[in-house]
Amino acid sequence: MNTIFLLCVLLVLSAVGYRMGKASAVGRQNGGTVRLHSLPSYYGYYVALWCGLPALLLVVLWTASSDWIVKSLVVSALPDEIRALPADKLSLVVTDIRNIAAGNIASAAATPAVQAAVDTYLNLAGMARSAMWLVGLAAAMFGLLLARSHVAPSMRARNRVEGIIGAVLIVCSVIAVLTTVGIVLSLVFEAARFFVAIPAADFLFGLTWSPQTAIRADQVGSSGAFGAVPLFTGTLLIATISMLVAVPVGLMSAVYMADYAPARVRSIAKPLLEILAGIPTVVYGFFGALTVAPFVREAGALAGLEVASQSGLAAGLVMGIMIIPFVSSLSDDVINAVPQSMRDASYGLGATRSETIKKVVLPAALPGIAASVILAFSRALGETMIVVMAAGLAANLTANPLNAVTTVTVHIAALLVGDQEFDSPKTLSAFALGLVLFAVTLALNILAMRIVRKYREQYE
Amino acid sequence: MDATVTTQNVSGATVPVPMPMPASKVAARGVNVHYGAKHALKSVDIDIRENQVTAFIGPSGCGKSTFLRCINRMNDTIASCRVTGDLRLDGQDIYDRSVDVVQLRARVGMVFQKANPFPKSIFENVAYGPKIHGLATKRSEFEEIVEKSLRGAGLWEEVKDRLDDPGTGLSGGQQQRLCIARAIAVSPEVILMDEPCSALDPIATAHVEELIDGLKSDYTIVIVTHNMQQAARVSQRTAFFHLGTLVEEDDTAKIFTNPRDERTQGYITGRYG
Ligand SMILES: Nc1ncnc2c1ncn2[C@@H]1O[C@H](COP(=O)(O)OP(=O)(O)OP(=O)(O)O)[C@@H](O)[C@H]1O
Ligand SMILES: [Mg+2]
Repeated sequence: MNTIFLLCVLLVLSAVGYRMGKASAVGRQNGGTVRLHSLPSYYGYYVALWCGLPALLLVVLWTASSDWIVKSLVVSALPDEIRALPADKLSLVVTDIRNIAAGNIASAAATPAVQAAVDTYLNLAGMARSAMWLVGLAAAMFGLLLARSHVAPSMRARNRVEGIIGAVLIVCSVIAVLTTVGIVLSLVFEAARFFVAIPAADFLFGLTWSPQTAIRADQVGSSGAFGAVPLFTGTLLIATISMLVAVPVGLMSAVYMADYAPARVRSIAKPLLEILAGIPTVVYGFFGALTVAPFVREAGALAGLEVASQSGLAAGLVMGIMIIPFVSSLSDDVINAVPQSMRDASYGLGATRSETIKKVVLPAALPGIAASVILAFSRALGETMIVVMAAGLAANLTANPLNAVTTVTVHIAALLVGDQEFDSPKTLSAFALGLVLFAVTLALNILAMRIVRKYREQYE
Repeated sequence: MDATVTTQNVSGATVPVPMPMPASKVAARGVNVHYGAKHALKSVDIDIRENQVTAFIGPSGCGKSTFLRCINRMNDTIASCRVTGDLRLDGQDIYDRSVDVVQLRARVGMVFQKANPFPKSIFENVAYGPKIHGLATKRSEFEEIVEKSLRGAGLWEEVKDRLDDPGTGLSGGQQQRLCIARAIAVSPEVILMDEPCSALDPIATAHVEELIDGLKSDYTIVIVTHNMQQAARVSQRTAFFHLGTLVEEDDTAKIFTNPRDERTQGYITGRYG
């Protein structure tokens, strides 16, 4: 709240800086005798950026670090006997201090020491807030005045603004890239911790998945089996079923949209099809669990087959429907990208529409279609919600789509839901599964991108 | 090529030829074309003679391509396009309901302004038409057709050692001759060429012109061109279009030396300065 208000103030200051920069540039023209290097507004932007950006940066840094600084100060002010507590107990105390400071209920009644710490905390936090205001406003004013003093008709404001904008864009891209790298690294490190406890070969080739481990030493229970093969096969089974649904339907509807549909039908049907892609997957999950799974079971019963109430088939079918728009809209794009002149050539030789599509359009579009299928497949591998709801959690090793199966993503979700200790193999196995999934999807996406790039070159 | 061969369509059904031979291969009477509300061709009457080269000339947008595309009904692919009037091929109404467009296009082939070989091998490009019309079944028959067509298009010597290379890898002029080979592989009776040389350099153009001259003994050829010298060099008859009307059609020599209409005169001399 406080910070938002400060940000608003900074924004206003920048706007003031803009006006001042512009006015001072115009003013220094000496009534038109001196030519400005840039349009007046660039001088305004120059001052505004110098006023707003450094201040913003400082405020962000301050907000990110002040909590940590305040906490360290509070802890260092605590009596020695509390500071001597083990790390987890100490963090409990700190949490209590925060809770009391925020007016919430704490886990233990406040001892005088804690009460004193709360006062220090409130004190310091208040100081940190004031300091943030002070630092932010000072930086803004300083930037504003400094930049304004630079404004002169000969200053290349336009080029400088361009430079600043370039820098801002670079920073944003770096943030995005670093985040990705950070996520991948944390995945790798946590997975590495898992592989210390469980050999990689057991994980990758083991046939039993049963991650329950004894929590207390005296507990009767399995020591946990982390063979991920049932999860991999379940994932593949469901993804394959979904592709069997999505590829034919998606591809044919793409062909229809691109080459058969009259313009009017296309303009209505294509957005409708794309709405499918906008339905939240959890809604598909309802549909799978409440409609498709019972239907599959009853249909199976009529045919004399025994179908689990949550079957891989049901999940695959629903997922296939979800993926249709991926296949169809990507394929539609590549089919449309096949030049009209190819079609004309074929029609001109007396080919019918379907011959033209089969022999000219689809072969020419094949690489792009392959890429769209691969992307759809990797999407299917990563899907969670539908499987949770329609296929269940039973890690059976089976190729029979009528049985209950489960997937990698579902187990990642199941492993991390609820209270978890972050050092048991059970929890860490989620990272190992995530790493495998990430590696496979990444490989598939790279493959698809390569194919698409090659295909682009063909027509340019 | 004798009369029975030229009138045999791809399915093998012989079209009865009224004797004596009609003066015209393609006859248009009062042909009008609309694109939506735009009246693109206004009451065109023309007779296109068999085994001759007829050139269509005229300023851009006057309807040359439009008329050309009427003859093999390529305009059918444009939703807004409406063709009325009487247009006959060998006395048969092209726009009759009973006409099979697929067979019509096998009889009336087309070469486009920009060479558009399929992204397939040279061999596959030429064999495409024969394949879809079932003109051959055995590989050896296809090889025969491909060689004959490529020879007919004057390309055989240049590509005979690399028939499996992609057609898109040829030079522009070679690609255009490949497209001509592809068109003649289905043994059409009429070949329509829409500015076939506009993307070619003078040497490749000379090649194609030579080819057109050689082809006219077997085929009836209609060529759209913006190049007056080209029209004068390759055609026997020339038709001048202006703003959607056919202004005049006559022997090429006459059009270029002594046109009847002053618009024709203006267009031709304007080009030469
Ligand atoms: N698909 C179309 N939809 C609407 N109008 C069209 C279409 N194709 C052509 N036209 C119009 O019909 C008229 C004749 O066009 P056409 O392409 O036949 O001209 P052209 O004589 O071949 O010209 P150019 O020498 O430039 O190729 C033009 O006014 C053009 O704008
Ligand atoms: Mg044209």
